[in-house]
Amino acid sequence: MTHNTGSTTLAETLQQWVVLLEIAAKEVFQMMVGGELHACTTEDTDCGDVTAMVGLAGELCGLITIRCSGDCACQIASAMLGMTIDTLDGGALDALGEICNMVAGNFKAKVSGLADSCVLSVPTVIRGSDYEWHAVGEGVSADVLQTYNGCPLRVKLTVHQ
Amino acid sequence: MSKVRALIVDDSGVMRKIVERSLRQAGIDLSEVWEAANGLEALALLQGKTPDLILSDINMPTMDGLEFVRQLRGVESARGIPVVMITTEGSESRVVEALSCGARGYIRKPFTPEQIKQHVLPLVKQ
Repeated sequence: MTHNTGSTTLAETLQQWVVLLEIAAKEVFQMMVGGELHACTTEDTDCGDVTAMVGLAGELCGLITIRCSGDCACQIASAMLGMTIDTLDGGALDALGEICNMVAGNFKAKVSGLADSCVLSVPTVIRGSDYEWHAVGEGVSADVLQTYNGCPLRVKLTVHQ
Repeated sequence: MSKVRALIVDDSGVMRKIVERSLRQAGIDLSEVWEAANGLEALALLQGKTPDLILSDINMPTMDGLEFVRQLRGVESARGIPVVMITTEGSESRVVEALSCGARGYIRKPFTPEQIKQHVLPLVKQ
């Protein structure tokens, strides 16, 4: 994998990866949730206060996050498990964490050379929106805004340089 | 096809439920399903249970799926049970490693019930 050679900058490469990230997320939702993600036409959307994250380490270091509302997380968990989940308990949070894990795994499988040289962390899920996170070193990020059952959902890739 | 007793090994309770649901959606007639959160728990469970099929994650705490399969092959009563790995780690080297450890199949997450059927049905028919 190369992400900063020749005339291709990391920012340009990141934009290509975000396309793969969107495909990876759509596949995971189709196969594991049984639903479709659709492009969200509204920018500056508040996606909600549940954030699942999976770290990337190795040749590519960074973070993949999925942010949505609690109601959206419950809808995703309900569809995955085939039962009604209407409270944001451990099951719903675990389900969103697993979705994020599969999106990250599917994404790295699509990036040439990453499958063997990049490992994933255990997923973590944060509730609440009043937080900031900081990673050591500089990073660049890009995201895709989608909707699931009408709920906005943001899938974000942050790459540490 | 007769009823199948399955052991599902994954550190995520949600994923264990999803795998069980996918097996049922794939048309596998499950009579019993046992669950374990890691390889060590699975080995302990196999002291008293004899499933027809084991589906195991790879990345798990305490004992991962590859070590579980290695140790399983040393257990006289369990070494013939087919193991299918289900994991997000879909690199070719991981597939080769899993198969060389003794796994009989490899399914990469995300998966569909149809993929489960393709990998699992031939094993349970045997």
